[in-house]
Amino acid sequence: MPRTRFSKQASEASAAPVVQEQNTVQLQDPAPEVARPAAPLSPDAEILARAQAGDHHAFAQLYALHKRRIYSLCLRMVGNVAEAEDLTQEAFLQLHRKIATFRGDSAFSTWLHRLSINVVLMHLRKKGLPLMSLDEAMEPSYDDGPGRSFGAPDLSLTGSIDRLALERAVAALPAGYRLIFVLHDVEGFEHNEIAAMLDCSVGNSKSQLHKARLKLRDALRQSLKGGKR
Amino acid sequence: MTLDTKSMSCEEFQSQLAELVGSGADVLNHPHILTCQNNCLRLYEDLQTIADAAKQLFPDQQPEDNLWERIESAIKKGDA
Repeated sequence: MPRTRFSKQASEASAAPVVQEQNTVQLQDPAPEVARPAAPLSPDAEILARAQAGDHHAFAQLYALHKRRIYSLCLRMVGNVAEAEDLTQEAFLQLHRKIATFRGDSAFSTWLHRLSINVVLMHLRKKGLPLMSLDEAMEPSYDDGPGRSFGAPDLSLTGSIDRLALERAVAALPAGYRLIFVLHDVEGFEHNEIAAMLDCSVGNSKSQLHKARLKLRDALRQSLKGGKR
Repeated sequence: MTLDTKSMSCEEFQSQLAELVGSGADVLNHPHILTCQNNCLRLYEDLQTIADAAKQLFPDQQPEDNLWERIESAIKKGDA
């Protein structure tokens, strides 16, 4: 489960549709005179249930509820508005195809989040972008090595990160590094979850994350240096 | 996570940074940090700052208004 953004996701999750059991069997009341009505569904659960039954209007309502979060996720992962829109479209088309298979084992928002991540990953693989480079992970290059990690004392980042500068630096990361950084540090997934998603080892995920952070540090230090000229 | 209390080189310490950053471990009292003559502390603090700042990155944004029309059209065409 994502670790960060809890407040937002929790609020969505709490509002997220949960399919409720409606066929409760009254074992201790063998002959009820009048069938007890099922508990009413929450408005969001009702929308989900109607969408699962093929109600197009309800599907449009689901889109309206989740478009912002899914589009933002795609945008973070690919760093390109046009691609993010295409991927959001693909995610909702996949949702349309698969919505009947959602059984409520997790919150609907979590399920949709995972589905969307898979859409982005498939897209990146189709583009031939190396999501993970085992060779690179196991044999750090000179550029990535610890020797370059030391900085001039006057360029500490502590407390001085400009959010927009960091966003630009993340956007400029190579796709594989950006993916790991976004999944772990922005979206809050754990290394074992990322390893499962990307079909790599936990150690590889950690290594790539470390390199991504080092590259961001370099980029931010360059940006600070430029600002001081 | 358990920190290795043996003294270690800067390279060994930095190889652990992926796990230490963001872990909540008391890295400031790590034996290596307490004795390091180089800039391992600064490196750790920078990476921790980046990891902390990442949580505030990329506030949610809205897609273009016409995206739903594209999706709806694709559904009607049978692409979904």
